[in-house]
Amino acid sequence: MSNIPYILEERPDTGLNNSKLGIWVFLASEVMLFGGLFSAYVFLRIAAPEGDFSYWGEKLNVPMATFNTLVLITSSVTMVMSWASLKMQQFDKYKMYLGITILCGLAFLVVKYFEYTGKFHHDIYPSSSTFMGIYFTLTGLHVLHIIGGLLVLGFFWSKQADKMWKENPDLLANRIEITGLYWHFVDLVWIFLFPILYLL
Amino acid sequence: MSSESNHSIEHHIQTYIRVFIALGILTVLTVAVSYLDVSFIEAFFIAITIATIKGSLVLGFFMHLISEKQAIIWILVTTFIAFLILMFLPLIWLTDATGSGY
Repeated sequence: MSNIPYILEERPDTGLNNSKLGIWVFLASEVMLFGGLFSAYVFLRIAAPEGDFSYWGEKLNVPMATFNTLVLITSSVTMVMSWASLKMQQFDKYKMYLGITILCGLAFLVVKYFEYTGKFHHDIYPSSSTFMGIYFTLTGLHVLHIIGGLLVLGFFWSKQADKMWKENPDLLANRIEITGLYWHFVDLVWIFLFPILYLL
Repeated sequence: MSSESNHSIEHHIQTYIRVFIALGILTVLTVAVSYLDVSFIEAFFIAITIATIKGSLVLGFFMHLISEKQAIIWILVTTFIAFLILMFLPLIWLTDATGSGY
């Protein structure tokens, strides 16, 4: 990996290393992916009969979603703390904070599982209404992002991280910073999903 | 960031904790105000305003945008313009098609 240029050092023209530039361009594409669905939500809501979205929206579990919002916010702060720990050469603390981040991500998925199955038990499916269609699409895509993030976080919590820390600590810190940017973005998406789906 | 001292990082950590507390308070606030008896438009603007403040805190402090390089700022400005086009272009079409705005 060390043969790839500008992984850690900054390119003179952009003033950035390629890892960081790459993740931001990827996140820009993610903004457009979720943006398209947010746009769809607005149009479906405009076109829906009066009160239809509110009627179906009231069937969602606000306390569970509020809890999940707090869980994701907690995971974001522990994510950034794990990076800060690496910067302070505290590998044990890094493992602890990253472990908490992973647990928060798993807790989010467990709560989401109970939310989804709760709906299915009441015979509510994506096909039940326009609102439920866009609700399951938006939250389902978000859940996929959480799962993807957890796989990467799991890798950096495994023995591979111990090895990387010994061989190239700067590379590990860079990887955690990049992974953190993705994880914060997933939190950011939920910050907007929560009010438009559950509270309006 | 690799040249930053432990003292500087510790200062960052204090900021992260403050942002975390602010995000928690804003989450409770956004749920609380959703119970207010206001019109949909008012509720929409309140909810989006709080979400935007929360999002800005995450972007600015957790994602370090506040001290990030110009190249990234320009990527995001371009993305934001594209996002606005995505959101509002169909609205213009809708207004034209129906002959009246929403």
